[in-house]
Amino acid sequence: METKKTSLYQLHQDCNAKFVEFAGYQMPIQYSEGIVEEHRFTRNHSGIFDVSHMGQLFIYGGEDLIKDLERIFPLDLKNLKLNHSKYSFLMDKDAGIHDDLIITKTNEGFLIILNAACKDNDLKILRELLKEKYKMVLDENRSLIAIQGPKSSEILNDVINGVKDLNFMSGNWFTFENQKVYITRSGYTGEDGFEISIANDFVDKLTRELINKGSKLIGLGARDTLRLEAGLCLYGHDLDKNKTPVEANLKWAISKERISKGDFIGSDIIIKQLNDGVSKIRVGIKPEGRIIAREKTKIFNQSDVHIGEITSGTFGPSVNGPVAMGYVENEFSKKNTKVFLEVRGKKHPASICSLPFYKKSYVKGVN
Amino acid sequence: MSEVKYSKEHEWIKLDGDVATIGITKHATEMLGDIVFAELPEKGSNVEKDGTAGVVESTKAASDVYTPVSGEVVDTNQAIVDDPSKINQDPEDSAWFFKLKIKDPTEMDTLMNKDDYDKFAKETSA
Repeated sequence: METKKTSLYQLHQDCNAKFVEFAGYQMPIQYSEGIVEEHRFTRNHSGIFDVSHMGQLFIYGGEDLIKDLERIFPLDLKNLKLNHSKYSFLMDKDAGIHDDLIITKTNEGFLIILNAACKDNDLKILRELLKEKYKMVLDENRSLIAIQGPKSSEILNDVINGVKDLNFMSGNWFTFENQKVYITRSGYTGEDGFEISIANDFVDKLTRELINKGSKLIGLGARDTLRLEAGLCLYGHDLDKNKTPVEANLKWAISKERISKGDFIGSDIIIKQLNDGVSKIRVGIKPEGRIIAREKTKIFNQSDVHIGEITSGTFGPSVNGPVAMGYVENEFSKKNTKVFLEVRGKKHPASICSLPFYKKSYVKGVN
Repeated sequence: MSEVKYSKEHEWIKLDGDVATIGITKHATEMLGDIVFAELPEKGSNVEKDGTAGVVESTKAASDVYTPVSGEVVDTNQAIVDDPSKINQDPEDSAWFFKLKIKDPTEMDTLMNKDDYDKFAKETSA
């Protein structure tokens, strides 16, 4: 299968991107300044991420759709305000995670942002669950960019007036070049920022304008170090079908209201795990010194018993040291528990720590 | 002091008497990206030609460092362990990795000179 290109491909080339294939797309892993500098620039100024490979699923419908989606997602969608977003999961009946996603209530229904590698399968699952009741469009005609970092609000507001008044995890329709763009205040870096859904033909122009105002394109490499420092999960690594939201320590994202009813896919397992506890759970792991423990690194307790595995690990430029997360047996999940990580045949000391590694600076309520 | 020689694994080596200084090339650092971790062989240990003698890691991945000749490790550069970004800044001089008391000077003959290495690096990265 030929790899796809996003509408920003030419701009990435103009900015000397190094490309990798990711989920069937040619995506920029980094630009000439490199991952560490791109990471720091995002934390200190403003970075633009091309995330057009991600799925933008529009589902059109009203009250019935809300009821049907509440059987799929563990969310109180009925009471979700218009243009507000929630983080959630598409689960199987055993509460295994097919995908993690952001769902936003729009004036016509819902917009769901899906992971690139999962989007086609997600659509298939949702079509089977919702039958032919609602119009569903996995929109390939729209691009998605994120602008993240402390200067992003000012920069984006200069180009699209009014975005600075959005609250965290909410969105609205705006206009750029007479085009309707949907912008939410959200992101995946631990910084204040926005995600912008815009027609493919206009994304290049918008991105170049944002660059002219002082933002810079940032590759997937820095996106990974930024999200890991922020303690955010990456699907296919920290989350997959063999892990539940409770095991992933994401129970905050499950609506209490919906748990009391327990009528969504996977609810039996979720409720059981919430009541009885889980045998393994996702934790933050801070290696001592500089040793980097990457995905699949085995975790041992002080008696040299294998108790878990790293699911993401790298060097965190803002932390200026290694950072990791992974799953350990529940009894070893307490903060400051000493563990050992097997890297290249040697065991290196580390400790369980709370997430995030880097303190978030989201703008919560501007209004 | 002899001319600098290069290996196919992108190490450089400079011989001074029977002590060789070894590091990784600028081309290698460009391929790796930002180096954030370095591990060096132990002082006093013996390393064999083409065997691993350290590790460098970028934000993306780990890569072994090989020794282009055999010998005993007589010195290591702690400065690059403490601040691995020095390797990106000055790979072919102050950010050397380790020094060996070499065992067999004829091993040097198997390595490339600068022109050949530059050609090799260009071909293999194309």
